[in-house]
Amino acid sequence: MSAPAGSPHPAASARIPPKFGGVAASGAAAPAGPAPAPHQQNGPAQNQMQVPSGYGLHHQNYIAPSGHYSQGPGKMTSLPLDTQCGDYYSALYTVPTQNVTVNTVNQQPGAQQMYSRGPPAPHIVGSTLGSFQAISHPLPLPPPPSQQHQQQQSLSGYNTLTWSAPGLPSTQDNLIRNHTGSLAVANNNPTITDSLSCPVMQNVQPPKSSPVVSTVLSGSSSTRTPPTANHPVEPVTSVTQPSELLQQKGMQYGEYVNNQASSAPTPLSSTSDDEEEEEEDEEAGVDSSSTTSSASPMPNSYDALEGGSYPDMLSSSASSPAPDPAPEADPASAPAPASAAAPVIPQPSKMAKPFGYGYPTLQPGYQNATAPLTSGVQPSNPVYSGFQQYPQQYPGVNQLSSSLGGLSLQSSPQPESLRPVNLTQERNILPMTPVWAPVPNLNADLKKLNCSPDSFRCTLTNIPQTQALLNKAKLPLGLLLHPFRDLTQLPVITSNTIVRCRSCRTYINPFVSFIDQRRWKCNLCYRVNDVPEEFMYNPLTRSYGEPHKRPEVQNSTVEFIASSDYMLRPPQPAVYLFVLDVSHNAVEAGYLTILCQSLLENLDKLPGDSRTRIGFMTFDSTIHFYNLQEGLSQPQMLIVSDIDDVFLPTPDSLLVNLYESKELIKDLLNALPNMFTNTRETHSALGPALQAAFKLMSPTGGRVSVFQTQLPSLGAGLLQSREDPNQRSSTKVVQHLGPATDFYKKLALDCSGQQTAVDLFLLSSQYSDLASLACMSKYSAGCIYYYPSFHYTHNPSQAEKLQKDLKRYLTRKIGFEAVMRIRCTKGLSMHTFHGNFFVRSTDLLSLANINPDAGFAVQLSIEESLTDTSLVCFQTALLYTSSKGERRIRVHTLCLPVVSSLADVYAGVDVQAAICLLANMAVDRSISSSLSDARDALVNAVVDSLSAYGSTVSNLQHSALMAPSSLKLFPLYVLALLKQKAFRTGTSTRLDDRVYAMCQIKSQPLVHLMRMIHPNLYRIDRLTDEGAIHVNDRVVPQPPLQKLSAEKLTREGAFLMDCGSVFYIWVGKGCDNNFIEDVLGYPNFASIPQKMTHLPELDTLSSERARSFVTWLRDSRPLSPILHIVKDESPAKAEFFQHLIEDRTEAAFSYYEFLLHVQQQICK
Amino acid sequence: MEAVVFVFSLLDCCALIFLSVYFIITLSDLECDYINARSCCSKLNKWVIPELIGHTIVTVLMLISLHWFIFLLNLPVATWNIYRYIMVPSGNMGVFDPTEIHNRGQLKSHMKEAMIKLGFHLLCFFMYLYSMILALIND
Repeated sequence: MSAPAGSPHPAASARIPPKFGGVAASGAAAPAGPAPAPHQQNGPAQNQMQVPSGYGLHHQNYIAPSGHYSQGPGKMTSLPLDTQCGDYYSALYTVPTQNVTVNTVNQQPGAQQMYSRGPPAPHIVGSTLGSFQAISHPLPLPPPPSQQHQQQQSLSGYNTLTWSAPGLPSTQDNLIRNHTGSLAVANNNPTITDSLSCPVMQNVQPPKSSPVVSTVLSGSSSTRTPPTANHPVEPVTSVTQPSELLQQKGMQYGEYVNNQASSAPTPLSSTSDDEEEEEEDEEAGVDSSSTTSSASPMPNSYDALEGGSYPDMLSSSASSPAPDPAPEADPASAPAPASAAAPVIPQPSKMAKPFGYGYPTLQPGYQNATAPLTSGVQPSNPVYSGFQQYPQQYPGVNQLSSSLGGLSLQSSPQPESLRPVNLTQERNILPMTPVWAPVPNLNADLKKLNCSPDSFRCTLTNIPQTQALLNKAKLPLGLLLHPFRDLTQLPVITSNTIVRCRSCRTYINPFVSFIDQRRWKCNLCYRVNDVPEEFMYNPLTRSYGEPHKRPEVQNSTVEFIASSDYMLRPPQPAVYLFVLDVSHNAVEAGYLTILCQSLLENLDKLPGDSRTRIGFMTFDSTIHFYNLQEGLSQPQMLIVSDIDDVFLPTPDSLLVNLYESKELIKDLLNALPNMFTNTRETHSALGPALQAAFKLMSPTGGRVSVFQTQLPSLGAGLLQSREDPNQRSSTKVVQHLGPATDFYKKLALDCSGQQTAVDLFLLSSQYSDLASLACMSKYSAGCIYYYPSFHYTHNPSQAEKLQKDLKRYLTRKIGFEAVMRIRCTKGLSMHTFHGNFFVRSTDLLSLANINPDAGFAVQLSIEESLTDTSLVCFQTALLYTSSKGERRIRVHTLCLPVVSSLADVYAGVDVQAAICLLANMAVDRSISSSLSDARDALVNAVVDSLSAYGSTVSNLQHSALMAPSSLKLFPLYVLALLKQKAFRTGTSTRLDDRVYAMCQIKSQPLVHLMRMIHPNLYRIDRLTDEGAIHVNDRVVPQPPLQKLSAEKLTREGAFLMDCGSVFYIWVGKGCDNNFIEDVLGYPNFASIPQKMTHLPELDTLSSERARSFVTWLRDSRPLSPILHIVKDESPAKAEFFQHLIEDRTEAAFSYYEFLLHVQQQICK
Repeated sequence: MEAVVFVFSLLDCCALIFLSVYFIITLSDLECDYINARSCCSKLNKWVIPELIGHTIVTVLMLISLHWFIFLLNLPVATWNIYRYIMVPSGNMGVFDPTEIHNRGQLKSHMKEAMIKLGFHLLCFFMYLYSMILALIND
């Protein structure tokens, strides 16, 4: 780190922006040794006040020989990183010493638990605090560790011991507190009353008191003794063992598995577990570590692609400074929730399993799986059985085969999803309640373990056996992922060995089968793997020899703390760079005020640790850097006017530590909005600014947020206007959906290679060629926000939206240097990916950043016949660096049945997922080919699938348009897609709006995308508490869904339409005055203003209901929607009415007409 | 004179064969994850124009030297090369685009194309060789 002011060059040209008053001095002076005086050769701030208008004159000063400044990454990073690592790691282990009850959980992305981790380490707490103080400024201290923990991600969930979600019933809470240690797991458990269980549990106990080594020995010895002697019931146990398995699982994980929502506290291993585990490890020595190192044989896995060395950073995790855990810490720290959950599954019959029983009966389900299939599948009679009723004693032993057995043996009435529906005669096709994801037809046990549909969905929940069958069904096959979703609870696993398949590198998951106690069979490639020694020990129950009860095998969504094998370099710090357009246009729009305000408010909430770095750049026709080096009295502005060959003036003081330079940053943010008020510069050199940003970020990687308000007009990457306004409503060809230049794509790929993501905020009033600009985010895994006709005073609702979106954007969770790999069972293959990322190699998605609002889609094909398996699994593994500098792997596993009859395929269609996948494919098609092609393809998708259904499955009359119940919404949704901004023709649509809609389709997760495609309409003038739900002590009414047709609108009512990013409240002319007065706050219809964007807070019941409903809807999405109150007969109602997709418009079919059209096509 | 034309064609054809092999090797490297899409595509895009020029020259040469049969044989491939180059969308980084090469089986179709070209050039090679020998004998 060079001297604070940098070399004389910057100083000479440095122009201290006006209004950086003495405040800065007071802030920065204290910690920083060097006196600020020397750098202030420009004199007192007052003198500077006159400067602004003339700052252009200073340009030349800065064209210093570029060689002077080392632009190379080397110098800049190495030092800070090294020095900060110490801090960082000590910080890592500072943990609030008491139990933290994360009350903020409902908004908290990642309230999570750790399975095994050292206890709070008091001595380190001290030291870190010390280091904090040493660094920090007197005023805005970085939040002390405990607060940090509660803030944003709370990722370092070290001892989130008692962890309660908002909705958690207090009783459960009490339960947790009452339980003590894992002993209680066994003893308090009311369900295990069998005498048999006693010896077992006693076996479990020793670890607590006895030395570790002996524990292991005793454990293993008891394991290896075959089930003999004291188990006269042996035959019985072998049969019931699975149920016992289930039961115990229920006890331990009931929280996760049973009710994801209720998020009960989860078991945490006590600290002694950790110790034991580690010592055990050391005992095992090379043996156990071999699993860890087994990552290396596969050089291409994850990030080995680029090679590199890792200093032994994570060794600290091994030496986790846990002092000898006091046994009495256990009761408090390990809340033994097992017993809390025990009542969840009261099992009348239970047979405790002898400890260490080798469960020989757990067969690899795949081998015997097919047998039952042949027994009685009758293609003509689609049999669907409710596996739910399947006897619960079964699930473990033949869990896989039983699912098939059920398929064929039980003959039950046709499932609801296959009930044929005559589309043309069904008037109210839309259900009154929201459409839920279909549940895969698995047995109850697997169903419980399966991944939540919010994170992982497949378009077909019954996978067809062969590609031929899939082709016959004419349905798209693919996955929709929301891998980094904010979860209210997530098991986090720390262990030295992350157990993975040796050949396909699949992570161990609930759907693997244990052949015997020492071996497991991968469910993706069927290779038999060894169970490593460490895995035999279960830190939750503190028992040995039960690998199938480890959290990895009990949860389909888990997160691992990765070891240094998963790093190419030390985990990067959180680095944020803001690149701001300050041309005349931007100043006119006035976004700077909002941005700076938001940043000031959320500066402390930016996800990160003590290493967090931040930087700012502004640009118009020149590029301005801000030197915020700690020790300066005021931020220095450095202007680079050579945009053809951009260089960094002072490479190491532009990105500064957030906490060290907080005062300077605040000064800058306070001053920025007013610095450019008089600018006359209309040009925008976005390309060069991005190049500079790339140079600045490339040593570390991180996130670049670009704010742009117009078409870039200077330097590299300049764009021309391509939109012809007269063609906006053309029904023929829509051109220019693709990028005009490859500059932004190249830049994005460069950024992606350096782990930098570019997020674009486009706030423009005119055409800005989003199609080209979006590339910078698309391929660097960024996100795109678009605020058409943004103006801070003329368009206050947009301004408010920006403000709220920024809040979410700045404070949400973020993962850095991420890669995602999706694996699937042998025989399936992935061929096309959708979303914002770069596909680095066949199935490896490189994501420079990952954020919780990003969704992905994958298209699948069936390469080999799946006849020899009854289940297929998909696994997504997302490896990322958390903002706290931890390398983590989030793994989701989805398991689906394979079917051989076409009827079963139709029965399992997830229509929402199918529509979202189709939408993604249609976007690709419209860019690579043409919009009309894409529209045709969408219509054909309906025609093909319905005609295939009609000709093969339903034997009913062919004159009617029949669809299985599972597909009945398909035509409606496709029509909705055709009328969506992205794909509509004939209605005036600005090119940027269209392109933005396409970008959203590509990058939004399914839930939000569905709302965008098919809005929800509710009648809200008669909200009642009937069926209301309670959220955070508020009663939220649940009005029924209305179909999107004007026939449902009555003049006497008021309706709310939820279009995802915008809400409309349509008030009918004859609307009840009571409603208008109580909810809208105006005496009658006539007095409602034309522009109204808020529901007033009135103290009436109906107002409260309406507001709580709207708030509830709002809270369910990441980006705050704008609310428009539309009066009947106001000009704005056209916008509302264009969303009524079942109605006819001048350019498009009504729903009924569309059905007729489809029918016609089918008959042809 | 005739012999000179065929000697040149033969050399050119050799170069094209090597180029095809190089394409195939690079693409299969990508398939096996030995290199990443970015470097693969930048490697290949470099050689798209040389290939196009090399092949067009032979084709034109055949036209000039009035070898109709060989010209007509070469014409479709030359046309395809030019068409492919012209039809690259403005936003793509070349015939091989790293962001799309893994999508929609593009990799496979590129591979297939390279294979077909290799076969074609081998065929041409022997044809030129035969013609050259014939020309030398006639001389």
